[in-house]
Amino acid sequence: MSNVAARTASSVTAVNLSTGKSKDKNLGSIVFLGALWFSLFFGIVVLVALIVDTAIDGAPRFDKYLFTNFTQTFDPTQAERLAASGRDPKVLSAEYSGFKSGIIGSIILMLTTAVMAIPLGVASAVYLEEFASKTSRFSRIVEINLQNLAAVPAVIYGMLSVGLMAALGAQRGIAIGGAVALALLILPVVIITTREALRSVPSEIRQGSLALGATVWQTTWRQVLPAAVPGISTGTILGLSRAIGEAAPLVMLGFGAINFAPAFPFIGSKIEAFPLEIYDASSNSQEIIRESASAGIIVLLVMILAMNAIAIIIRNKFQKSW
Amino acid sequence: MASHPATFSTGQSPAAAVDALNVADDAQTIGALPDDVVMETVNLNVFYGDFHAVHDVNLSFGKNEITAMIGPSGCGKSTVLRCLNRMNDLVPSARVEGSINYHGQNIYAPKVDPIAVREHIGMVFQKPNPFPKSIYDNIAYGPRVIGMKVDNMDDVVEEALRGAALWDEVKDKLKQSAYGLSGGQQQRLCIARTIATKPDVILMDEPCSALDPIATSKVEDLMLQMRKDYTIIVVTHNMQQAARVSDRTAFFTARPDETTGNRTGLLVEFDRTKDIFANPHDPRTEAYISGRFG
Repeated sequence: MSNVAARTASSVTAVNLSTGKSKDKNLGSIVFLGALWFSLFFGIVVLVALIVDTAIDGAPRFDKYLFTNFTQTFDPTQAERLAASGRDPKVLSAEYSGFKSGIIGSIILMLTTAVMAIPLGVASAVYLEEFASKTSRFSRIVEINLQNLAAVPAVIYGMLSVGLMAALGAQRGIAIGGAVALALLILPVVIITTREALRSVPSEIRQGSLALGATVWQTTWRQVLPAAVPGISTGTILGLSRAIGEAAPLVMLGFGAINFAPAFPFIGSKIEAFPLEIYDASSNSQEIIRESASAGIIVLLVMILAMNAIAIIIRNKFQKSW
Repeated sequence: MASHPATFSTGQSPAAAVDALNVADDAQTIGALPDDVVMETVNLNVFYGDFHAVHDVNLSFGKNEITAMIGPSGCGKSTVLRCLNRMNDLVPSARVEGSINYHGQNIYAPKVDPIAVREHIGMVFQKPNPFPKSIYDNIAYGPRVIGMKVDNMDDVVEEALRGAALWDEVKDKLKQSAYGLSGGQQQRLCIARTIATKPDVILMDEPCSALDPIATSKVEDLMLQMRKDYTIIVVTHNMQQAARVSDRTAFFTARPDETTGNRTGLLVEFDRTKDIFANPHDPRTEAYISGRFG
């Protein structure tokens, strides 16, 4: 028996295995692999080209005035003439145009959005995950609608907020209107990621708490939510980083063309939003202001990437192995 | 020894013993019952939806005794255990018939609050499940949530940890995360956490199945120490463990339904541990404890 087995093994090695070619390297699989590589590179090359091009365009304008100045439209030569009468060209000339009002406005928008979206989203997710019956018809309808809401275009939320603000008789272009639209926009994202975070807390923790005589409420509040905080913050930051780049709903709400710092309390003030201010600058007739728009795009990109980086850091730092 | 209504003579061949499993389906041997009964199940039936998980279980748990529930997988012993402090309520489709009396009160009566039941009847789980908090907060959590009147929480924590034979190992790192402890220490922490709320009965669901032999022997020693203060009911896969620690043993088995093939758990024999292991009356018990099936 063992001789037979040995002979079979040697013939297998000689004849079948040492063919000198690989079935993984025939024409079909090479073409397919090439298509995969092309698809990958297409996306990356376009993105890199866009960023590099924008960065080169904006290169002359990476200075502190981008952050400290409002939009300034005086032609540099006129500004110099005005400066002769004793005024500072740095607060007049388009060379020193900045996005102060947009950056302040977007920060206010983000804070107001977060204040609305986080409690609503987390509370909804806690209800759905910890209290609602998983099999009920209601839960299933909510589930499907949440997925759909996450895919609704931002303009729709803008229209909704326009209607709401009009019904309340509020002024156009105030912070709260934009924040309502953006909060509605990211609410499904916050709910879905919070539910994921709650679901990842092992059921042994809940059972351990309940077995001690804790109520479901105590268990949720003292065990499950604290354990889910890293996941919740990650999802929330990712949602906010989507909201900060949104322009469409804010256009509908009449944002823009605000060239001063908003008055306290901010939520009722008319504010500018960073993406809108970049858009306005990019269509300005002066080359020097269009340059500042390119620099502004890079700043906005850095802000979004920084928020995403913070989300990733939180996720990695607090990642638990249960 | 009390006289047993023996249903089958012992000493059959293995094949005969396995045959007997099918014949002797509903036969039950109930040996000597405890004098001072803390809890009892009366005609306990458990269903998950349409699935009949446990059939007609009648057991009595004696004060300051350790009662072991043994049997093959799927025999319903864990289900019975989880009914004893209404943890089975957490399974949405679960339904219980019959009654479980705790000091004479049926804990499945309509007005009974399951939360209050769990304050009196604590539970230790199969896998150590400390909370992601400090050792101190793991212990203090129970007394806090049930609103126990506590003069000094430090004393409560120390007492609970001493009660679980863990104090000397952790007294210098009470503020550190419980996840830094070894598996055996984590399980004793879970026991300490349970006794911190001063329960009457402690349920243990295969408490040593995730532990190494040394950690297992520590937990078993602890159980024997705790017997003087608590009534302990333990589910175990490990027959040696049942023989070592328990005063009484209940043997369960599973009977497949002829049409659906679903396995319904039922109680076969309940007696003093030494009698069950030395002189089992039901051939199924004998087949199981001698390692012939299960």
